[in-house]
Amino acid sequence: MADHAHAHDAHAQHEEHPTWSTYWKVALILTIITAVEVSAYYIPAWENSWVYVPSMLIMSAVKFVIVVMYYMHLKYDHKLFRALFTGPLIVATLTLIGLLFLFSKLVLRLGIIS
Amino acid sequence: MTANSATAAHGDGHAHGGGHHYTSLGLDNRKIAIWTFIGSECMLFASLISTYLVYKGRSPAGPYPHEAWTNPATGEVFKPILNIPVTSASTFVLLMSSLAMVLALAAVQNKNLPKHTFGERVLGSSKLWLWMTALLGITFLGFQAYEFTSFVHEGLSIRTNLFGSSFFTLTGFHGAHVTAGVLWLFTLLAIDYKRGLTPADSLLVDICALYWHFVDVVWIAIFTLLYLIK
Amino acid sequence: MATIAAAPPYTQAKAAPADTGLWSWLTTVDHKRIGALYLITGLFFFVVGGLEAAVIRAQLAVPNANVVSAEMYNQLFTMHGTTMIFLAVMPLSAAFFNFLIPLQIGARDVAFPRLNAFSYWIYLLGGIYITVPIFFSVAPDGGWFGYAPLSTKAYSPQINMDFWVLGLQILGISSLAAGFNFITTIINMRAPGMSLMRMPIFTWMSFVVQFLVVLAFPVITIALVFLQFDRFFGTNFYTVAKGADPLLWQHLFWVFGHPEVYILILPAFGLVSEVLPTFSRKPLFGYPVMVYSGILIGFLGFGVWAHHMFSVGMGPIADSVFSLATMLIAIPTGVKIFNWMATMWGGQIRFTVAMKFAIALVGMFTIGGISGVMHSSPPADLQQTDTYFIVAHFHYVLFGGSVFGLFAGMYYYFPKITGRFLSEKLGNWHFWVSFIGMNLTFFPMHFSGLLGMPRRYYQYDAGQGIELFNMASSIGTLILIIGTLFGLINVFKSWKGGKLASSNPWGAATIEWSIPSPPPEYNFAELPQIKSRYPLWNMKEGEPLVHETTYEEEKDLHIPTTKETGIVMPNPSIWPLITATGIVVMFCGLMFMEKNATLAVAIMVGGTAWWVGSLYKWLFTPLEDHH
Repeated sequence: MADHAHAHDAHAQHEEHPTWSTYWKVALILTIITAVEVSAYYIPAWENSWVYVPSMLIMSAVKFVIVVMYYMHLKYDHKLFRALFTGPLIVATLTLIGLLFLFSKLVLRLGIIS
Repeated sequence: MTANSATAAHGDGHAHGGGHHYTSLGLDNRKIAIWTFIGSECMLFASLISTYLVYKGRSPAGPYPHEAWTNPATGEVFKPILNIPVTSASTFVLLMSSLAMVLALAAVQNKNLPKHTFGERVLGSSKLWLWMTALLGITFLGFQAYEFTSFVHEGLSIRTNLFGSSFFTLTGFHGAHVTAGVLWLFTLLAIDYKRGLTPADSLLVDICALYWHFVDVVWIAIFTLLYLIK
Repeated sequence: MATIAAAPPYTQAKAAPADTGLWSWLTTVDHKRIGALYLITGLFFFVVGGLEAAVIRAQLAVPNANVVSAEMYNQLFTMHGTTMIFLAVMPLSAAFFNFLIPLQIGARDVAFPRLNAFSYWIYLLGGIYITVPIFFSVAPDGGWFGYAPLSTKAYSPQINMDFWVLGLQILGISSLAAGFNFITTIINMRAPGMSLMRMPIFTWMSFVVQFLVVLAFPVITIALVFLQFDRFFGTNFYTVAKGADPLLWQHLFWVFGHPEVYILILPAFGLVSEVLPTFSRKPLFGYPVMVYSGILIGFLGFGVWAHHMFSVGMGPIADSVFSLATMLIAIPTGVKIFNWMATMWGGQIRFTVAMKFAIALVGMFTIGGISGVMHSSPPADLQQTDTYFIVAHFHYVLFGGSVFGLFAGMYYYFPKITGRFLSEKLGNWHFWVSFIGMNLTFFPMHFSGLLGMPRRYYQYDAGQGIELFNMASSIGTLILIIGTLFGLINVFKSWKGGKLASSNPWGAATIEWSIPSPPPEYNFAELPQIKSRYPLWNMKEGEPLVHETTYEEEKDLHIPTTKETGIVMPNPSIWPLITATGIVVMFCGLMFMEKNATLAVAIMVGGTAWWVGSLYKWLFTPLEDHH
């Protein structure tokens, strides 16, 4: 489906939207990724390795992004909505990370200072 | 018209006498409001999730999410509380509810298109897909209710320890959001039965959908961070 | 010529033909009326907070006084802070958001007029809910910041902190709803030609503030939920014996608390940025920089919160990071000060009362900013924290900053709101006496603080070298009360009896001054076309900048009624008030949880049914008549 950047058309709300097939495909990808994630939990070699957490985070992030972009339409809508969502998302994420550091849940080993 | 209309200055066709529904960006106010609300909710859930993660592993006494625990005083053994298979199922249910929601919105938007095949009529039934979304949502809530009651049965309540408090508060808030969403869906269904949802109502369904998907997306984060990461 | 479509000057409206009875006020959805409600209620709570401060200062005037007990003292300083922040300054800012934003952007109302009314009513009810307890000596007593574990049931078993926890939740709803409303309004309801970079600075600062509100309030909501659950349901979020971290509350609170102080000051900054150019007859110096610095302050404001926690032992890395961020945020703030000074430099200054308050903000905020930047160094702050040095700092920025800025706005916009001027004579008394009182009260606190006088103590011993400073502060408080009285009397007398005003008596540049004073219900008969930042000013060399209107020239012009114009305005509605009441009832129910859980649940369920039912009525009633 054509995705064109439409700026300030005060008259019509000319949104493209995805077709049925996009919706099914997204649903399929969501299912597959969830299945992979859950399987990973049960594969000790994966679950115990250092890649586990990053891989989980990445897979969830992908699910998050495709729901937001396609189901919530952010890909096709006015750029304003992208700003209205990503701004707070960034503040929320940075706050979460900051709190994790402050409570020593995340630690950067810098070697010089403790 | 006004007594002083000599000064009337017209912009594009919208800014005239009534000038009532002029908007700077050609967007609906309610859509802007719901996205702002969603942004705000990001901070709400970030605070809840942060607290859960900060308190992870800090309960001196169990039960615990992923490991068994023996109460040193009584010798009672508690198994790991979280049930990954069941929650995976409920996660899948919620994800599919987003699909149903998106189909419901499409059905309303395309109400006036001709539908020839059975498949087109199925896809085009707003009532069907609103029902599906609501039922899948209720199923998810059912899973949550089952989970909560079985956890309590197994020795974990909201008061038991930090894990209990942070877990039930976070998932409880999420569940409350799902419940509100289900009520919203039923309201839309009531309108659909009463007077029918037409393409003119697309925005009403759209904002419900945006809320619903967001609640789903929060669950994606919760499922990974709470259940899948030990 | 003036770049706005040359709107003919309208007369000052006679008493509006619309209803003026109580019901019309209870059901109003008109942003101008809601603004007036916020103004009056905010001023009322300002007096309440001031009286609380007066008793505090009476207690601290001499060593070891016994004007009040230690327990009452705790209630007084808690309620003074809570009242001033949540019931006075924020609502006074909201008065201006409500009244001004639609007028400044050329709109007829806000995006969601009934939600707007709802915000006011739930603020009023929440304010009453949290204030009434002090008359029964059960007011919140854990500080306006309610640190847990002190605020948990284990250490605050009485009902006092229950009022605080629930009261703030109720008030938070008000601010959040308003945040969504104004963000939508500013984004989507600007008149043709009003790009973001042509908006008046007050609207810009308000825009930033609303984002701070919608992002910061959820965090305190959760902190309060945790405290609420601990107090009412026995959860363990702040129970150290169960492994809880005593710092969790502080972090969550200050993640909210720091953006909150920018919420408190930015509107005042915005008002000053309107007042200074008008009375300097010069455009604001560096408009884009003023906008960007406001945005930067808002964004950076989320990254400095732990500077309130330098004494808790976060470690050198955390301390350094937050120290650095705090020092950085002083830069955009300082830039504003310079831009205001540059605005006045070389201008034709008119020292109206509004101008005096605005200039005073520039000076007083600078003083408060200097002490603030001194706190940004953790080692220095170890001496300053929890002493009166901090009290001095924040009163300079809050009183000398926010309050003076709000008063500047009040004197400036009163004619537009009511159609009458505040008396310059009484205003001068208000200003000078307040200025002297404010400085006499708070300047000595720098010294008593550095000499070690701790905050929140109801007594101090003689012989520590702080008696003189305390006496000075207490006398200053009396003077401040007198000054404020002048202001209140001014408002009271001028509301119905002040000199009549025209549409643009000050010769201002922005479009709210192009319509009658007070504006008609529909604000603008025709939506204005905006072509510059200063639509009413003529920037051509050699020509007069602006025409200051007079009452005489406008008094006989006809202002069309809403009906005559054919404009359809939103209908009044009682549902916002009823919904707000239901929500408060629901929260009240929770208070009975310990004594009688069944009753508590019954009230909560009843309250919920009340507000949900009312909300359905609200949503299914069309906003305006079909046209």
